[in-house]
Parts: sequence; C-alpha cells; structure tokens
Amino acid sequence: MSDQPIIVSASPHVHSDRTSKKLMYDVVIALVPAFLVSLYVFGFNALIVTTAAVISCLLFEYLIQKYLMKTEVTIGDGSALITGILLAFNLPAGIPVWMVVVGSLVAIGVAKLSFGGIGYNIFNPALVGRVFLLVSFPVQMTLWPTAVENNTSIVDAVTGATTLGLIKEGVQFGETISSLSASIPSAQEMFLGITSGSLGEMSALALILGGVFLIARKVISWHIPVTVLASIAVMTGVFWWIDPEHYANPLIHVLSGGAILGAFYMATDLVTSPVTKKGMVIFALGIGVITVVIRLFGSYPEGISFAILIMNAFVPLINSYFKPRRFGSRIKAKIM
Amino acid sequence: MLRTFPKGGIHPPENKLTSSKPIKRLPPPNVVYVPISQHIGIPAEIVVDRKDKVEVGQVIAKSGGFVSSNIHAPVAGTVTKLDMIIDTRGYKQQCIVIRTDQKNESNFQDADLPLIAEISLEPEEILRRISDFGIVGLGGATFPSHVKLNIKKDRKLDCLIINGVECEPYLTADHRLMLEKGEEIMVGIRILMHALHVERAIIGIENNKRDAIENFKKLAAGDPGIQIAALKVKYPQGGEKQLVRALLKREVPKNGLPLDVGVVVHNVGTIFAIYQAVQHNRPLMERVVTVTGKKLGDPSNFWVKIGTPISELIEAVGGIPEDTRKIVSGGPMMGKALKSMDVPVTKGTSGILVISEDEASRGTPKNCIRCGECVDVCPMGLEPHLLMNLSEKGMYEKAAQEDIMTCIECGSCSYVCPSHRPLLDYIRFGKTIAKQLESNKG
Repeated sequence: MSDQPIIVSASPHVHSDRTSKKLMYDVVIALVPAFLVSLYVFGFNALIVTTAAVISCLLFEYLIQKYLMKTEVTIGDGSALITGILLAFNLPAGIPVWMVVVGSLVAIGVAKLSFGGIGYNIFNPALVGRVFLLVSFPVQMTLWPTAVENNTSIVDAVTGATTLGLIKEGVQFGETISSLSASIPSAQEMFLGITSGSLGEMSALALILGGVFLIARKVISWHIPVTVLASIAVMTGVFWWIDPEHYANPLIHVLSGGAILGAFYMATDLVTSPVTKKGMVIFALGIGVITVVIRLFGSYPEGISFAILIMNAFVPLINSYFKPRRFGSRIKAKIM
Repeated sequence: MLRTFPKGGIHPPENKLTSSKPIKRLPPPNVVYVPISQHIGIPAEIVVDRKDKVEVGQVIAKSGGFVSSNIHAPVAGTVTKLDMIIDTRGYKQQCIVIRTDQKNESNFQDADLPLIAEISLEPEEILRRISDFGIVGLGGATFPSHVKLNIKKDRKLDCLIINGVECEPYLTADHRLMLEKGEEIMVGIRILMHALHVERAIIGIENNKRDAIENFKKLAAGDPGIQIAALKVKYPQGGEKQLVRALLKREVPKNGLPLDVGVVVHNVGTIFAIYQAVQHNRPLMERVVTVTGKKLGDPSNFWVKIGTPISELIEAVGGIPEDTRKIVSGGPMMGKALKSMDVPVTKGTSGILVISEDEASRGTPKNCIRCGECVDVCPMGLEPHLLMNLSEKGMYEKAAQEDIMTCIECGSCSYVCPSHRPLLDYIRFGKTIAKQLESNKG
C-alpha cells in the first residue's frame, strides 16, 4: 500500500460523474444554435454585445469576489458565463456597449453576489440586469434592429418594432389584428428567426433545439418550459377565441417575444426555480399567466421577464408548500 | 414490465466483477477474532475462558436477551485471549480470540452438506433452532432473525418476501449463493412458510441476475406458492420498504415495519443459514463474502469463517494494490470505510471493497444550486438539501418535523449531488441529535 494514509469517510464511497460545472457548460452548449442565428441576423453587433456581456460578467465576478468579498473566485464554474450570454440574449443587438457593462454589473454584483453568490440568489441575475436596463434606458432598450439580409452591415440605422410591440401599439390606436397582419411576420419567419426582437430570442427553432438538448441531458426537466408555453397558449387562446380582432392568436404569442427563450432558459434556472416537479408546474403556470396579463393589459408589450422575476420571489414559498410525498405517509403506523 | 418502486432511486455503475466466479473455500485461518456484538441488540455474553478448548459450533457467547444472538466457535481450537478490537463499524468491542487447531479434522470437513428437502419439524422447534443457532439478518442489518419471526397471533401476515436483490454495486455474494445453493434456499423458504403459516412467498431478484432468476423459476416450477419476480435494476431496491413496495405495491407506514402491511422480509443468505440451522443443526459460523475492487488481482467470492481477519481475504485475492486509498466493509453505497485491515469478518460482512486513489477522493463541496436532484432520487420522499441545511444550522427539531428520522441512509442524494455536497453526512448527524432530543423529551 502507498505511504498516503487510507481514507476513512462515511458512505457513499462512489459518486456520479455529474458536476454543477458540467451542467452549466451543457447550458452554454445549448445556447450555441441561438447564438449562431443571432450572428446571422444581426452580424457583428451580436458578437460585440455578447462578448461585452460575457467578459464584463466574468470580470465583475472576479473583481468583486477577489477584492470586495475576499472569497473564493468562482468564475470557472460556468454560471457567470451563462449570466453573460443570457443577458446579451435579452438585449437589443444595437445597444451601446457601456450599457451592457452596466447591466452586467447589476446582474452579477447586485442580483448574484450581494445575495451570497451562486446558489443563494433569489432572482435570475440576467433578468435583473435586463430589467434594470429596461427601466433605466427605455429608449435604447426598445430600439430593435430588424433582420437584415447582409449580415455584415451595421444595423443601427434600420430599426423596427417587435411583433408584440406592433400589435400592442396597433390595437391601442384602434387597428385590428387583420389590418395589422401585413406587418406581422409570419409564423414561419418567427419560427426560423427572421424577425426583430432581442438578440437571442430570434429563432424559436434554435432555442427549442437547445432546450431539447438540455432536457435530454437531464439538466432541466420538461415541466417548466412546457407549462409556461402551454399556459401562454391556452390563456391567449381564450382571448383570441372571444375577440380575434383585438387579440393575436396563441401561435403568435408563443413564437414571438421572449416566450421560448424565457421558458427554456430563464425560468428553468436551477437556483431560482422550485425543486419539486409539482412546484415547478405551479411556478411555470404563474409565469405564463403573468406574462399574458402584462402582454394583453399592461403597458409593456412583453412581460415574461417581469413574470419570471415575480415568480422567482415565490419560489421559497412554493418549495415549502409543494413538498414531495413522504414514503409511508399514506397510512398511520400501527404501534406494535 | 419489470417491477420496481416508483419514487426515487439511482443506477450507479454495477461493477459486478465477481458474478461469474464460484464461491471458493479458504483454509481455516490460524487465528480467528470473534466479536461478541455482531448483531443489532444486546451483545452476547462470553461463556468461555482463556485456555478453554472449543469445538466447531460450540456456543462461545450466549445471547444476552431477547433481541440478541448466540455466537458459536467458527473453528475448533483454543481460546487464547479475550481481547478488545475495533470492529467493521469502527466501534471498540470485546472479542474472543481462538487459535485454530490445525490438526483437528472438523476444521477441514466439507461444509457442503447433502440436501435434506423434507421438513419434519414443528414451527416452535424451527424457531427455537433459528434462535439457538445464532441466525441474524445477513443482508447487512444483522437483526436477530428469531425476533423478526416471533409474530404475535393477532398480527396478519400473508406473504414472505425473499430479498435476492443485491442492489449494491460490486457485491455478488447473494447472487452466487442463489446460483449455487438454489435448492437449499428453496427448502429454507418452505421451512419459513411452514413456521409462519403463510401460503405465499416471493423471491425478488434484480434483472441483472438473469441466471439466478431462471434457476429459481426452474426450481419453483411445481410450487404455486413461491413466485419469482424479476425487478428493474435500481438502487436501493434491496431496502425492505422499497422491496415491499416494488413487489406488492404495499407501502410500509412511516416508522413502521413490513409486518404492518402483512409482510416479513428475509435475505437469501439468511434463508440459507436458516436451512442449515433447521435441517443440519448447523450454527451460523461462516458466510459468503465478496472480496472485490477494480485493481485487485483476482476478485473473488469466498466462504469465510466468522472472525477471519480481512487482511487474509485481501491476501487471498493477490494482496493490497499499491494505490489503495480506501477499504470498505460492505458495498460502495452503504458500506463502512475501515481504518485498518486488522478487522475480522462478522455475520454482517457481505463484502470487502478495495478502492484506489482515483475513485476514493471526494469532490470539494460547492454551494447548493438547488437543482433538486437529491429530492428526485430520494426513495423516501425527503428533501435532502433541506435536511442538510437544517442540520448544518442546528435546527434539529425542524429537521425532525421534515421527517429526517425516516431517512434510510441509502446515500442516493450524496451520490447524485452535482455540487458534491456531503448531504448524508449531515443528515446522519442531524438524525443522531434529533434522536437524542426526542429521547430527552420522552
């Protein structure tokens, strides 16, 4: 036997090869197709915004942990990397870089590290960053570059409204869905990503592809994305069935805006979502309902970011109410 | 469809290196160290003294109460010392040291006794022999079998379950026994059915032991009372509560026993020991032990005399590999890591697992990312992350409210945790304190 002492630790003595780091990098891999679509649609800008967000997230995490908190630096665990990518995905491609940096500081510094770092944050960091930017810089945050054929062009000049923005404004000014239909992208265009909106929410196809990968790798379960999308579809479907001239059809609602990005990647954030499957369904239902309420009746055209953040706050409550059923709790034990 | 329990469980790599290796018999060791507490309950009382000559099967320590068990001399020889040793669980206890008389023929008699299939004894006599001959649960819990079989008249019992699951990775002792001693085990089952007055018995075996399943199907062909059930491979299916749920869809109540749902569960090894005790008047003096590990020269299954030092078993498989970092008594999921190899095999030792450098180290614990994996795999429907948190913070009463005491310590939570958190370590700790608090109150 070697000179090193033998280890006497408690069981179990074997461990699965899954690590949190691997889970995080699976998420990064899942986001690659959507990123490629953004590169195609927005060209160089997508690269700049994403790189700026990733670098500043990692840098802020490093600086704050090293010099302010004086704790272990965890930039290698993949979580700050994901925050950076997801923050970028939730921003317009034409946003000034300094705003991206500010958003990253809020995401990492305020939403994540001030709560104690990975695992302790209540709210999804990337969404806190995005919402902070949205309320601070409403103009720049809603300047949507439209899809351009030439992916090398600088797109700042060409801007247009998002699908949801078009509908909201149009209906407010007395137009009907059918009169707006010419300017709404077709379902096929939205599915593939030839539309306008945030950097990463372009192609439903690419996002679903990554989402399916995550479900197959058991990084996330189907409960949250399916429930979020189904509840959005059902609720908007009811309104559309009552009054199709003022409410867009469920397909438009599911495919447009951040619904799919939110459902698969933001709402499923392990740290800020419930632990039980029952809890996940309730949480996702809440997101779906709040999203639709904001979309149809709120002042913002899109509401999934707010919906997720609101439901994040309910997670501790959901976790304490929706517990797994204890084995043997069905019947009372007879005492011998 | 293979049967299994519905909630939780894991499937770690099986690593059953020795499943095709017949059980070998080692020559009796020169010295055996027989601890007096090899079972759950009151330790046995030593009834021999230094320099006493003992025969094979002689009682050397007498049952200390109802929940206790006799201990018999595994070899013929001379008692040289009554000593203190560290046992496989890490506790210090008394043991009887016997020097084997290498000239005594009874030490070398072939223990493969001819099959006696006819059951001639009355239930009372059967139970008496099980008690006298020191039979305890050989699946690992070592609960005295006669206590489990002493069932009050008013309790309803309709099914005997035979646990041939062996869900721990690496271990193959039960598997080999089922292949090599199938007929004896069948007789043992009939003995227990007769003693307990039950009409129905089910042998539960995981589907990675197809040969054992086929073997029993053949043996039980003419016997409608004995069913063979193939189970999906899933840990911890060998846990009593999980097995009863898997086979009968009956859920043993919280803090209850299988008897509360009309079932008694016995391990196949125990059944074989019962067969030998009842049919051959043979006390429990040896058992099958799997000695295994990826780096070992020749991992094997052995018939081992109780009291044999583990070092001799490891010698018999080619010695300890250079990079060994952990020696475990039992399987990798629930076994106990040993401090040294100078520890004897007891009635509860199902395997010796030698783990090398690359497998032995635990990952550094990271923050909980609330992924919920531990909740998903917990077969008892608990929330391990929460229980660890409560234990860490000293909130033991709250942990008790969250059913920490129902944890069966299977280790599935620690196994899956992607942040390498020592969930079960903290839960065990919390259980210990919660138990103390409870007993202080009562």
